[in-house]
Amino acid sequence: MSHAAAAVDHQHHHEEHHHEEYSYTGVTNKKVMMWAFLASDCMFFGTLISTYIIYHGKSLTGPYPVEVLSIPVTTASSFVLLMSSLLMALSVAAVNRQDIFQFRLWIFLTSVFGAIFLGFQSYEFTEFVLKGVTVQQNLFGSTFYTMTGTHGLHVAIGVFWLFSWFVYSFFGNMKDKAVDIEVAGLYWHFVDIVWIVIFTVIYLVEFVGVKA
Amino acid sequence: MSTSTEEISTGGHVHSHPEAPEQGMLGPRPSAKRGIWSWLTTIDHKRIGIMYGLAALFFLVLGGLEALLIRLQLAVPNNALLVGDMFNQMFTMHGTTMIFLAVMPLIAAFFNFVVPLQIGARDVAFPRLNAFSLWVFIAGAVLINVSWFAGGAPNGAWVGYPPITGPQYNPGHNSDFWVMGLMLLGVSSVAASLNFFTTIVNMRAPGLSLMRMPVFVWMTIVTNILILLAFPPITIALAQLMMDRMFGANFFNVSKGGMPIMWQHWFWVFGHPEVYILILPGMGIVSEILPTFSRKPLFGYPLIVFSGAFIGFMGFAVWSHHMFTTGMGVIAVLAFSVTTSIIAVPTGVKIFNWIGTMWGGNLRMTTPMLYALSFISMFTVGGFSGIMHSAAAADMQQHDTYFIVAHFHYVLIGGAISALFGGIAYWFPKITGRLMDEKLGKWAFWIFFVGFNMTFFPMHILGLNGMPRRIYTYHADMGWNFWNHFCTAGAFVLAVGFLLFFINMFNSLKHGEIAGDDPWDGRTLEWSISSPPPEYNFAVIPQVTHLDDFWHKKQSGKASASWDGKLIHMPLPSYYPLICGVGMFVFGMGMIFLKDNMMVFLPIAVGGILLLTFAIFGWALEGPGGEMIDPTKESGAYN
Ligand SMILES: [Cu+2]
Repeated sequence: MSHAAAAVDHQHHHEEHHHEEYSYTGVTNKKVMMWAFLASDCMFFGTLISTYIIYHGKSLTGPYPVEVLSIPVTTASSFVLLMSSLLMALSVAAVNRQDIFQFRLWIFLTSVFGAIFLGFQSYEFTEFVLKGVTVQQNLFGSTFYTMTGTHGLHVAIGVFWLFSWFVYSFFGNMKDKAVDIEVAGLYWHFVDIVWIVIFTVIYLVEFVGVKA
Repeated sequence: MSTSTEEISTGGHVHSHPEAPEQGMLGPRPSAKRGIWSWLTTIDHKRIGIMYGLAALFFLVLGGLEALLIRLQLAVPNNALLVGDMFNQMFTMHGTTMIFLAVMPLIAAFFNFVVPLQIGARDVAFPRLNAFSLWVFIAGAVLINVSWFAGGAPNGAWVGYPPITGPQYNPGHNSDFWVMGLMLLGVSSVAASLNFFTTIVNMRAPGLSLMRMPVFVWMTIVTNILILLAFPPITIALAQLMMDRMFGANFFNVSKGGMPIMWQHWFWVFGHPEVYILILPGMGIVSEILPTFSRKPLFGYPLIVFSGAFIGFMGFAVWSHHMFTTGMGVIAVLAFSVTTSIIAVPTGVKIFNWIGTMWGGNLRMTTPMLYALSFISMFTVGGFSGIMHSAAAADMQQHDTYFIVAHFHYVLIGGAISALFGGIAYWFPKITGRLMDEKLGKWAFWIFFVGFNMTFFPMHILGLNGMPRRIYTYHADMGWNFWNHFCTAGAFVLAVGFLLFFINMFNSLKHGEIAGDDPWDGRTLEWSISSPPPEYNFAVIPQVTHLDDFWHKKQSGKASASWDGKLIHMPLPSYYPLICGVGMFVFGMGMIFLKDNMMVFLPIAVGGILLLTFAIFGWALEGPGGEMIDPTKESGAYN
């Protein structure tokens, strides 16, 4: 092939490459992978939540969950996390129409809301330790910290990930990044949904039949 | 890489992607095409497959030597070669090594090398993630084996039941190495499965619909789904054990109300699907070898595919058959007994389909074919003993005896290893361009086959005569002397079989007959390209119209497609997957020794995480990159 032809062809290839990556199903690779990862992650949290349920009521010594869990505080933190999902949806919508200013605003707020949730969690953990609930104390402590800690780690990774995109948007090109944001969004929504399950199983069910 | 136009006319690979900077955080991207750096930074699925394979064979030899030591200790009663804890370390590491460091990575080697070729793709969906899986596997494998030189290897059996592995009864670092090592291997396996799942879903050549996929590709996707769903429970169980051991949690601490039985449940929720993770790829390989050497299409292709998927699905509904003696209650025992028996049905369907494939075929008894036949016959024997202990009443008698040891070695050596060695012999010409020697190959096979049966068949008898597994010695008057002696002799015969196979590989690499593109008159796409395949695999992406598409095209004389003149876009190598592996290794080492000295090992663990984070950022910022290849100018081979 001649020099010039190669150059032209290579030019041509670029156009193709940017607009359509080959995919048998038409769904991008990153999205397929994220859905598969979330299926796997369901099993992670399924195992953690099952362990909590199986060990529920089996602690030999206190403090017991009903003595330390605070519904008002956790309701507030859950609300913050749910609102961050809304903000995430706004970020994805913004990057899809390439409104970079709004994208920055919403993705920044999403990560801030995630960070606020982590702040609530640190407050809760500190409070619990002061009340004598430690990992070593009883089964409630072991299961509670391992499960909510794993969830918190997911949130922390998410905050880090989303904030990195916020920073990137100042010096990188967001043009072909909509898919990446959408995939990060899938992750973020999943982490929120898992929290709803945890909130229900640990916090709400605990107080069924208990008078305030 | 540079963008100078000179290179377009001289070198076939040019150029850069405008959005993906060639300059990463570590300066220019790796560009070595040959030598050690080209292997350490490669993202080519074929090279990664070869490295997986070589590492797996190395650990197969290591695990085999451990097995020989075990057999030497048991050769005669009251032997004192490996006593007590040393024996415990040996059988724990034998099991762990064989399952996680030998058979699984050998399977991964085939996924890597063969699947993209069989689906007509130029690489996997995420080439750098593929390299990441390899390096994290190496990190985990090395980490577990470092324990030999750091106070003692894991000693709680491959199932790691607490409280034996808990902090109270296992205060050393033995089990810490096991826990951290398996976690790293889990990360590697899940990452690889995400990659291969996506690859098979999305990277198939146009026209390669699900029911046109080779059976090996089918079994790969089923296996990867099993890994995605089965590894999380074991990872969480390992995390719980780690919490107990490192941070004083109470998950398996009976004195605080913890229930060690829960470990058994989580372990086997993973452990039984794991058995299918080890065997389904073998079934896939055999389903490729048999039609080729019978010169007939696979008999009952849809039945084989659906049986494989059904076996995978049922794999999650039988785990408690490993726990019949724990006192679960009649209903649970009955339910798991029934579900376990059901699995015999799809397995039997497959065996009859394989026999049907050979029936009336024009059989060629090559080395790969012999291993495939060994798979069918030996796996059937292992399957029969499996059905025997699916009956809970019989299992009560057989549990924890050598009968079980005999059973799963028939499944894993007679089954998985037969198929995988058949696979090596079958794809060796595609991988290296040369055929393995048939004469030596047959010698190696028959010695392997005889040695295997000598070693493991008598274990059925020993087990039924009451010899428990995991004991380091026995009295001379138990009636076990003769068969133990015989098994040990058999183990050395088996070792010779393996040795001859490796000698054959090594020799054929240099002196083997040149294979050509299609030495076996193959049926699937990998045989339509040169041996070894060029870096980009297919100069033109094939258009698939049939099951066994290449065979069909050969019949209709349309097998060779000429290059269409479009340059081929290939992603660039990267340093970061390797750095991720190093980071995870450092993190693991830090965690293992954390409780000894926080001031020293916490910074090490954090340092590992920071290195990992750095590598992830470097990875994300460099992008996949790309170079354009002119297939008329590239020599293509990767060695
Ligand atoms: Cu099983």
